[in-house]
Amino acid sequence: MFSHDKLFLAGAVAVGLLAAPALAFDFGRPATPEEIKLWDIDVGPDGKGLPDGSGTVAQGKQVFSDNCTACHGENGQGGIKDRLAGGQGSLASNMPVKTVGSFWPYATTLFDYIHRAMPYPTPGSLSTDDTYAVTAYILSLNGIVPADGKVDKDTLPKIKMPNRDGFVPEPEFDPARLFRKK
Amino acid sequence: MTSKAPIELLPRSANLSRRGFVGSLSAGFLSAVATEAAGAETLADVPDRGPGADLSAHSERSRFVKIDRIPESTPGKRNIDPGDAINSKTPHQRLVGNITPTDLHYERSHSGVPDIDPAQHRLLIHGMVQKPLVFGVDDLKRMPSVTRVVFIECTGNGWENWKKADPDLTVQNTHGLVSTNEWTGVPLKFLIDIVAKEESSNWMLAEGGDGAGVDRSIPLTDEIVNEAFVAYGQNGEPLRPAHGFPMRLVMPGFEGNLNIKWLRRLKFGNEPWMTRWETARYTQLLSNGKARQFQLRMETNSVITQPSGMMQIQPGYNCISGLAWSGHGKIAKVHISTDGAKTWKQAQLSQPVLSKAQVRFQMDWVWDGKPTKIVSRSTDDQGNVQPDRQSFIAAMGSNALFHYNAQQTWSIDEAGRVRNVLA
Repeated sequence: MFSHDKLFLAGAVAVGLLAAPALAFDFGRPATPEEIKLWDIDVGPDGKGLPDGSGTVAQGKQVFSDNCTACHGENGQGGIKDRLAGGQGSLASNMPVKTVGSFWPYATTLFDYIHRAMPYPTPGSLSTDDTYAVTAYILSLNGIVPADGKVDKDTLPKIKMPNRDGFVPEPEFDPARLFRKK
Repeated sequence: MTSKAPIELLPRSANLSRRGFVGSLSAGFLSAVATEAAGAETLADVPDRGPGADLSAHSERSRFVKIDRIPESTPGKRNIDPGDAINSKTPHQRLVGNITPTDLHYERSHSGVPDIDPAQHRLLIHGMVQKPLVFGVDDLKRMPSVTRVVFIECTGNGWENWKKADPDLTVQNTHGLVSTNEWTGVPLKFLIDIVAKEESSNWMLAEGGDGAGVDRSIPLTDEIVNEAFVAYGQNGEPLRPAHGFPMRLVMPGFEGNLNIKWLRRLKFGNEPWMTRWETARYTQLLSNGKARQFQLRMETNSVITQPSGMMQIQPGYNCISGLAWSGHGKIAKVHISTDGAKTWKQAQLSQPVLSKAQVRFQMDWVWDGKPTKIVSRSTDDQGNVQPDRQSFIAAMGSNALFHYNAQQTWSIDEAGRVRNVLA
């Protein structure tokens, strides 16, 4: 505890003086903007983090067929892994079907998730345009984007998903209230 | 549970001598462990002593002890190929004490277990900070550390019983997605200070180095800032790969999924990222079709592990034992009913009782041989009481899938067969 406090104190002093922060940099090294960019892949619901590029439903149909149908089935249904389409209106039933169309609240999350985690054997292998395209295709399977539709960093955050208002935050960690008082 | 600190049988349900209690306990324990050993009827049958095996670099389990986790999938999908499994459950029915053996700590992953060379692993801390930094494992090991015993619980623990109770389930099937280990690592607060987090940042994204890049938004409440840590040690040794080697986040009392394994990025921001895991996955669908989101804390919970599902007991003395835990703090008390939740008696807790760690409870019981039901109910030091099944389902519906903490009932028939039931 003693040395712990001392280190904190020393760190605070170094930061405060804007001197060479010898102690802090004893641990690790500064991250360069270039390398941060390589790993900084998260996309927020406001679209922050979405890259340049775009993709159409038509392109996405082919990307999906090449990379996704083996697990998710033709048209995002009937595969061995998560069902991606349909299920709207089922959430209050005894057999709810949670899909992108029936359950996911943000279209931006779809891009983020495909980009970081899919295709399962080679995550991150799709190009940016292909990722937009397959996002557009899955949204079109759910009637959210028209068959001749196209998505990019400007349009994706503006899509209102069918279940956007379907979530009730736990009061203790409600983002709209947490940290707002005091 | 050592002879040095004998167990006090406070809530006596039978007039038993210490000798009688210890004898029964030993017999029960041995019968559970040495299942394959031929019995020694008299002391003359006990094999002669003699020189044993050479000293070795590792201590393996006895060849007479077979304890395994079970890889399983979603509710009802058991006895499956490991390639189809999404989790692997702790065999609570075979364990004693409070600490889960490292190799039996439950495992849950979303894209398998990555094979990470620690020399090539990096943790990037960036976002709303004055000094974005990159750390290696050795950097963390040189920092001031914290060591703490905590439970980690998958949000899906208990999910077999939402809609029905298959009678042939063991406690491993029903409650095998919670375990308690001692973890060692660097306080999040220390890392926050050395990267000089901006005052206005109050959410943090934690991201793993697994194929799925599992990521969760974490609110930087005082409690979380003060208690979370980036662990590199597990029960005194480096993390096992299945549990996040070479480093993971430990979030005492919070959803297992928040304890990001193979941690490689912490990004500071000022609102949640709405990742797939905190929207489409770990949210609880209520009966009205709305889903509860950011239910991050794990609830007050308990389960009887001895006797439990698929065991068979004999009339007479039985020591009921189990585990209790709460994401709110310490377990204050555990009550046990042996008459189907009509009457309750307070069980004895083993010591020490730690905040946000599992604690072993036990109680004497003399079974009269008549069919009955046994159930446990925990209360934590914040006054939270583990709910009965009926009121729990009334509040949550049966579609929530996650955060199941209703009281677990085991039925016992006239032959002593213990089975899983809803209540």
